[in-house]
Amino acid sequence: MSVVAITPDYEDYIEYRDEQSLYHGAMLVYVHWEEHISFVSAFGVPLPPGTPFGAICEIAMGIYGDHPDAARIDWSQAEWMIDDERATPDFGKSIVENGIGHKSLIRFWTPGLHGYQGTAN
Amino acid sequence: MTAKKLSLKQRYEFLTRDLDWEPSYQSADDIYPYDKFEGIKIKDWSGWEDPFRLTMDSYWKFQAEKERKLYAVIDAFAQNNGQTGVSDGRYINVLKVFLTGISPEEYQAHRGFAFTGRHLRGAGTRVACQMQSLDELRHVQTQIHTISHYNKYFDGMSEFPIQHDRVFYLSVPKSFFDDARTAGPFEFMVAVGFAFEYVLTNLLFVPFMSGAAYNGDMSTVTFGFSAQSDESRHMTLGIEVIKFLLEQHPDNLPIVQRWVDKWFWRGFRLLGIVAAMMDYMLPKKVMSWKEAWDIYFVEAGGALFQDLARYGLKMPKYADIATEAGEHISHQNWGLFYQLCHVAGFHAWMPDAEHLDWLSAKYPNTFDKYYRPRFEMWAKQEKEGKRFFFNGLPQLCSCCQLPMLYTEPGDPTKTCFRSSVFKGTRYHFCSDGCKDIFDGEPEKYVQSWLPVNQIFQGNCGGATVPEVLDWYKINVGVDNGDYVGSPDEALWNAWTAQRFSEAS
Amino acid sequence: MMTQLASITLMRNDDARPIIDAIMADNPDVCVLNMPGAVKLDCDGRLRVNRASVEERMGRAWSPQEIQLVLVSMAGNLEEDDDQFTLSWHK
Repeated sequence: MSVVAITPDYEDYIEYRDEQSLYHGAMLVYVHWEEHISFVSAFGVPLPPGTPFGAICEIAMGIYGDHPDAARIDWSQAEWMIDDERATPDFGKSIVENGIGHKSLIRFWTPGLHGYQGTAN
Repeated sequence: MTAKKLSLKQRYEFLTRDLDWEPSYQSADDIYPYDKFEGIKIKDWSGWEDPFRLTMDSYWKFQAEKERKLYAVIDAFAQNNGQTGVSDGRYINVLKVFLTGISPEEYQAHRGFAFTGRHLRGAGTRVACQMQSLDELRHVQTQIHTISHYNKYFDGMSEFPIQHDRVFYLSVPKSFFDDARTAGPFEFMVAVGFAFEYVLTNLLFVPFMSGAAYNGDMSTVTFGFSAQSDESRHMTLGIEVIKFLLEQHPDNLPIVQRWVDKWFWRGFRLLGIVAAMMDYMLPKKVMSWKEAWDIYFVEAGGALFQDLARYGLKMPKYADIATEAGEHISHQNWGLFYQLCHVAGFHAWMPDAEHLDWLSAKYPNTFDKYYRPRFEMWAKQEKEGKRFFFNGLPQLCSCCQLPMLYTEPGDPTKTCFRSSVFKGTRYHFCSDGCKDIFDGEPEKYVQSWLPVNQIFQGNCGGATVPEVLDWYKINVGVDNGDYVGSPDEALWNAWTAQRFSEAS
Repeated sequence: MMTQLASITLMRNDDARPIIDAIMADNPDVCVLNMPGAVKLDCDGRLRVNRASVEERMGRAWSPQEIQLVLVSMAGNLEEDDDQFTLSWHK
């Protein structure tokens, strides 16, 4: 253990506060629209593991819908990255089948859409 | 013949170390069980020097004098309805952020220094920590007293103690002090005494309080500078602890360097909130965050670390990244406040044209290129009646607990993402600085109470935003949302109208 | 090597004015930054406050410890005794 503690049994008392088991059957997933960083950060959403990947697009539209670029998103052209790896997700398959785990980060790029006036906002 | 007056040095010797004694029937290690486990080696506790040489009797005398002066001002301010004379109703929001985000940390500092004052075995150190502990208690009390006057008129201030434990952005300062207070006494001293007080606190209390003076807030500037007069002593304690540790044993250097690196970064992240307050929330501005950073970190911090180089101590890791971020951080954090103020206990607003031009002038390299377009887009949405609020819950950094909003060093168009996997679970960080801190002590940070994640786990009053705000004790439609249309604005406008009608 | 500024920030009020004046008289290279409510005084390497100079301007006995009543901030290693309050960096 790397924590320098006064108590030798420190590890026995650790309360892990972000395990998947604490999410009542769901897993926490993060989604981020690249080149649109006027949105403060990626958003988090708890999802049942069997959720089809395509549902993420709908959820994302609920968050990003008011952005001037949002109506022009062509999901079939989007480029994806899951936990730092390029990915080609199958929208019909579940998020777990697409390699997504608890607290995975899903980033997507929308070719041709580079934010308000091309400023990544 | 009258007794000869003692010199300052003699008085300090008699009234500090001379009052200490060697324990006879208990071992010193049993009396002071906390001052060895961190690995710090102390050969000679008498090497500790307080350059102020302040003794307890003078301490009470000076503090009483400061209190008398401060309370005379607070009283006069209330008697003369000073709240109607501040520069603009928007200004009050800095007091809300201060009272909810900073005053509770003064109390945490009080507790922390009471602990170190009890548990370090050197008499000089104990006295200095005891004084600082009392100072911090004085600070939280004077801040509550001062701001309580505003609480009679403005919203969002009345539930600050419970909000400190619950509200998402308040976990940023809370986690900073929780982290420091759960460390050993030496790390606490380096964290709060050195990294926070010496290296960073000037940025909070000097230009910001000067800003309060400029905005007509006589009561706040007075508590601010009254607190800051103690702060100079705290800064001195902070630099003394570093010099003392480094002089005592060469093995202390790597430990101290690690703490300096860690706490510089944590302090930098925390003070980013002040950056937004300075650049966006003061209607009349004294200096920009960038200018303050250049004076108080680049210049003063540079001189300090040049001085400490003789002990082998280096500039904090990522100091260069922090300085680069000085061009961005206030704009990025105001973006956070602007789009999440519907779930916050204070108001945010769109800066007006004159304000945007001031920002362009102060940030010629970055503002027009990266941030003005953002405000233009939002202003357009406001005009169309679609005032933009972020509709989701943000991803938080597992170290600093801020939303993951900061950008890659060298590329302000790209969000910075870092992560680590510990025991099969992934953790996310806003920066290399935060990731390094987690990786250094993962067992500590896996215990973090991350507010957004806690909402998802069902521990914050319910699954919907209104339920969570109710649990936060944020009065929806009153405390939160845009300044425009708020009861605060209506009150301010009524006062202004009254002033004009009386004048005509 | 960049310049190392020894620096003191004092409240701008009647109690501090004789101290500010004494610093400006005794430290010829001092650089002054005026802010609302406060004044920051910077010297290259070393800044000294002399008790005698302050007393002369204040017209009463003054202890360097009283500076704490009007002190806002400082930078440098502090050396204080009955006659002076000095901030300096090691050269």
